[in-house]
Amino acid sequence: MPWNRRHLLTVEELSLAEIGQIHATAAVFKKILQRSVKKVPALRGKTIVNFFLEPSTRTRMAFEMAAKRLSADVISLDAASSSTQKGETLRDTAKNLQALNADMIVIRHSASGSPLYLSRILDIPVINAGDGPHEHPTQGLLDTFTMQEHLGSLRGRKVVILGDILFSRVARSNIHALTKMGAAVTLVGPSTLVPHWFTDFGVTVAHDLKSALADAEVVMLLRIQHERQAASHFPSLGEYTGMFGLNKTRASWLNPKAIIMHPGPINRGVEIDSDLADGPRSVILEQVSNGIAIRMAVLYLCSGGQPENVETS
Amino acid sequence: MPDLWISHARIIDPAARRDGRGDLFVRDGRIAPSLPAAARKRAQKLDARGLVACPGLVDIHVHFREPGQTHKETIATGSRAAAAGGFTTVVCMPNTSPPADNAGTIQFIKDAVLRDAVVKVYPTGCITVGMKGQALAPIGSLKHAGVVAITDDGECVQSNELMRRAAEYARMFDLPIMDHCQDSAMTRGAVMNEGVMSTRLGLHGWPNAAEDLIVARNVIISTYTGAHIHLQHISSKYSVELIRRAKADGIRITAEATPHHLAFTDRALATYDPNFKMNPPLRTEEDRREIIAGLRDGTLDCISTDHAPHTDYEKDREFDYAPNGILGLETALAAMLEVLVKDNAFKLAHVIDLMTRRPAGVLGLPGGTLAPGAAADICLFDPGERWRYDARQGFSKSSNSPWHGRTFTGRVKTTIVDGRIVFAGGKIVP
Repeated sequence: MPWNRRHLLTVEELSLAEIGQIHATAAVFKKILQRSVKKVPALRGKTIVNFFLEPSTRTRMAFEMAAKRLSADVISLDAASSSTQKGETLRDTAKNLQALNADMIVIRHSASGSPLYLSRILDIPVINAGDGPHEHPTQGLLDTFTMQEHLGSLRGRKVVILGDILFSRVARSNIHALTKMGAAVTLVGPSTLVPHWFTDFGVTVAHDLKSALADAEVVMLLRIQHERQAASHFPSLGEYTGMFGLNKTRASWLNPKAIIMHPGPINRGVEIDSDLADGPRSVILEQVSNGIAIRMAVLYLCSGGQPENVETS
Repeated sequence: MPDLWISHARIIDPAARRDGRGDLFVRDGRIAPSLPAAARKRAQKLDARGLVACPGLVDIHVHFREPGQTHKETIATGSRAAAAGGFTTVVCMPNTSPPADNAGTIQFIKDAVLRDAVVKVYPTGCITVGMKGQALAPIGSLKHAGVVAITDDGECVQSNELMRRAAEYARMFDLPIMDHCQDSAMTRGAVMNEGVMSTRLGLHGWPNAAEDLIVARNVIISTYTGAHIHLQHISSKYSVELIRRAKADGIRITAEATPHHLAFTDRALATYDPNFKMNPPLRTEEDRREIIAGLRDGTLDCISTDHAPHTDYEKDREFDYAPNGILGLETALAAMLEVLVKDNAFKLAHVIDLMTRRPAGVLGLPGGTLAPGAAADICLFDPGERWRYDARQGFSKSSNSPWHGRTFTGRVKTTIVDGRIVFAGGKIVP
């Protein structure tokens, strides 16, 4: 089946087959990344603009790394150094980037739906690197890629996502990817951060940590996003850690082979104890590494590459 | 001004419980029972075969943006949009720049209306100084300057104490208070209805409870003070239920519904189109059904558009940052024919009642009747004509309509204000 999507805006819009194509393409790139010469010429002569209107370390670095491994030229633009500071609208900035001959835009924005908006304005591919609390598709794809590496097929696997789900784009993209791939997803956290509306996504919403963690094969922790929350979502970080922080005792409730995931940045001692984050079950840094391969796959496919040609790219 | 003889119309005049074929006569700007034979010969004849003739439509909730936001709309352009939509009377909200919180600004608006308006435009004044919710505006002076109600529309007076005093004070002048019901602490940063859709779209939710709370507050304040409080653009199911109970208890509450809350739900936001962003937001199908039920059983008194123009460059941006509000005047009648008459089996006369006599009655305005002697404010529309609405070709200065590109059945053909044809043949008559 050929790949014929130009933009990557959400996981929600992807079919299971498309998710599989991205994963398969990423697997090939991952092998290439383990060679001594890590670069392929696939996007030589193309210019990719990383347009980040919100702070980011991992995602931005991984996109940049991915573009360079594909031999693209990369330009990074952030809110502080762009004309958005001078009141230029997103439309105008994006049109200008296109006029400057960008071949693709990777955008991160605090406003949900902005990548979709750009994709309707621009003629070049738009890749969503996180839009508000809406989606972070490459994160959902790299997380499920990492899970598959450890568990094989995710069909019927019990995956717990624990923490601030309401404000989490990572959670939403993972929920869409996991449910399409047949995993049994349980969301856990304080009722103010895991509202019952989420059951509409085809997942279980729970507030009792012990029963939720029982036999889980994956637990994904999410950062408490102080910057997005009104003051009233929970009493204190201390109470949050007391009720929902992952520590050794609670980790013992998991399936013995369970992996521990976190998209970063971690608040050590808040949502996860330090020794668990650094422990043998943690795959947190594998997620980061896989982030490059996934983003290479997405940049490659959305700029017209086909999954079957990736070996010779 | 020539006499008018409108012949062969289907005349619908809810105030007189009239719905039947006949002729309408206009003399000296007023509805006449008939014309003398000699006058008939000289009269301007309008053949209204196939058309409905009803009272000019009345909209008690529009934003004409003058003074201060005339890049969005003016009294000239807004009143032309009204005329094109069959409206002959509109009531302007006071959230202008500066807000209409003093007699001088009201006089400015009245001067502009005299100079520029093609339909009847009544001003409202603010409840509080600068719409800041801190101190009462000079409500007595506003009344003497000619406002027909006071409201902080767009904002909602948060202090129950201040609202109670405003109600008590306004009652002295028999001046209705129109309230935009919203607990602002519960809706900080909110851009759409809170629920499954906001969760899916990752947008900050506006819970219907924030409307219900203030509706209940206003019912209580009206009960306590005896003041007439009109609840604007009701969007929530439970609010309709609260109003139904209050009315059964004889409390002086009235309420309105907008065409967009009757036509759409928050499902329409799936593509983050800011032309579906307004405040209060589109809610769920359950809410929409209850608003229709509320109009059907009289719980909700009338239809108001909340016509709220914004320029393309203001609306066309990230959903979070786009301003609230959409156009309504040029599509209201057609949209209501579709939603209420076609989809929900309302009688045509009932819908016209909800857009003429009933809104006029809420604020005690003249209009909404074809009784002999009344001002000849008349709307003629073809209930069967199919047409495509292009918001960019409309009469409003802005084009922010969720109905842009829609094909409607039912089109306003002629609008008459005080016996003068102001809109006909798709054009404003100079």
